[in-house]
Amino acid sequence: MKKLINDPRSVVDESVEGFGLAHADIVTVHPEPKFVTRKDAPVQGKVALVSGGGSGHEPLHAGFVGRGMLDAAVPGAVFTSPTPDQILPATAAVDSGAGVVHIVKNYTGDVLNFETAAEMAQAEGIHVRSVLVNDDVAVEDSLYTAGRRGVGGTVLVEKIAGAAAERGDTLEEVTAIAERVNSNVRTMGVALSACTVPHAGTPSFDLADDEIEIGIGIHGEPGRHRISMEPADAITDRLLGPVLDDLGIQDGDKVLLFVNGMGGTPQSELYIVYRRAAAILQDRGAAIDRSLVGNFVTSLEMQGCSISVLRLDDEFTDLWDAPVHTAALRWGV
Amino acid sequence: MVLDVQWAIAWLTLSAKAMTEHREELIELDRAIGDSDHGENMDRGFQAVVAKLAETPPETPGAALKLAAMALMSKVGGAAGPLYGTAYLRAATSMGDATELDGGALATALEAARDGIVARGKAELGDKTMVDAWSPAVEAAQAAAVDGPGPVLRAAAEAAAAGAVATDPLVARKGRASYLGERSAGHRDPGAASTALLLKAAADAAGETLPESPE
Repeated sequence: MKKLINDPRSVVDESVEGFGLAHADIVTVHPEPKFVTRKDAPVQGKVALVSGGGSGHEPLHAGFVGRGMLDAAVPGAVFTSPTPDQILPATAAVDSGAGVVHIVKNYTGDVLNFETAAEMAQAEGIHVRSVLVNDDVAVEDSLYTAGRRGVGGTVLVEKIAGAAAERGDTLEEVTAIAERVNSNVRTMGVALSACTVPHAGTPSFDLADDEIEIGIGIHGEPGRHRISMEPADAITDRLLGPVLDDLGIQDGDKVLLFVNGMGGTPQSELYIVYRRAAAILQDRGAAIDRSLVGNFVTSLEMQGCSISVLRLDDEFTDLWDAPVHTAALRWGV
Repeated sequence: MVLDVQWAIAWLTLSAKAMTEHREELIELDRAIGDSDHGENMDRGFQAVVAKLAETPPETPGAALKLAAMALMSKVGGAAGPLYGTAYLRAATSMGDATELDGGALATALEAARDGIVARGKAELGDKTMVDAWSPAVEAAQAAAVDGPGPVLRAAAEAAAAGAVATDPLVARKGRASYLGERSAGHRDPGAASTALLLKAAADAAGETLPESPE
């Protein structure tokens, strides 16, 4: 294992510390218990958004803390959800009295820890609503699984709901918009290589040189099935097909197309995937009104990508275009 | 052996030792069907439990388990933190202010722990989770209750170990391994494996010797 680290046990501490130093104009890092808040929190009269999850997905979530997006992010250990003793003070620190929305990716650990923290916050008189993100079409939502995972679509939920909060929407309104984004976005991912969790020291799964994993999540967990390596266009077809079918994309739909890198794939390859995805959408008669390409929801140094499609309406588009000032997304400011 | 606060402290201390000793093994089990963090998280959580025990020594078994529950909930993270935290908290509540536990009280506490895990995690027997170790342990403990606390601990530990082994062929229906579908079969559930280790530590703390655990 070759990594730019000092000690596997201090990876998250040192990384978050560095993040705070690099973006001191946008965020404040609280070291113990660990959470990151936007510099001017709590913002009076504004509904606050708090998200969090295991580390290793950077820039998710701390990279999206700032004006127009999240008020706080709570990083756990690598691929491990944060604990209520972090989530509760983060929630309290950003609440201005207007209430707090927890944006939670649908993983058993994240759900249990955020649920516990939300109960404790309610007991302290903070109004908390929780929105589960579960955009991953690779998982069947059935009695036989823990339900669909929250993956790339999380960024879109955080951006659009964050803009709604910034324009002064109420707690119920922000919650409703976040839920509406979630129900209009679908994602599917592929891994060309596994990733290595620092404290584990070995790759999260074994993949031969000519094999790829289809339907991966974002924690280095293996996917639904394994196939032989194929050209980018064929892989793109495999990912985008289920996304469009599940979403029921039709002629005349307007969409946001998001090609997300898993951390170890160059931007140039993401654009090759984007190129094919755009052609498929055009064939379906859908208009790509907005796009996002880059490494935003990663799995450490995993090679691969995910493709997300969000069905847009005028309100989503306006909120997507609204100013955002975070470490990882910045426009209109 | 009397099951008093000294036993509870010994149990938690031996649990911490077991989590450190089996850290790599639990990481490896989790690597196969999860996300490689279970051993690391349990080790970190139980080191926090031991530190808490030294800081504020408890006076009853229930107080010891409550302290452990709080430390696990705040330090483990993942699904295991809230699940084990809830289990220990429910067991502590069941024990109340008792300074010593008999076989019946112990079996009831184990049942409360299992029920807490089921309530939080919503897993059923056969879903390939820690419930598959806890449930047979509770049944065995109840059957041995009249024989006294020692036999209860031994029966629970043996049944949990067998229950963990029995998760090998199962297809996961809860937790992160459920994303693998059929591919989760052929691997032991890490949560069931850690449950077996923790219940073995409870028996060890009472001086109950167990046969070699099945593999």
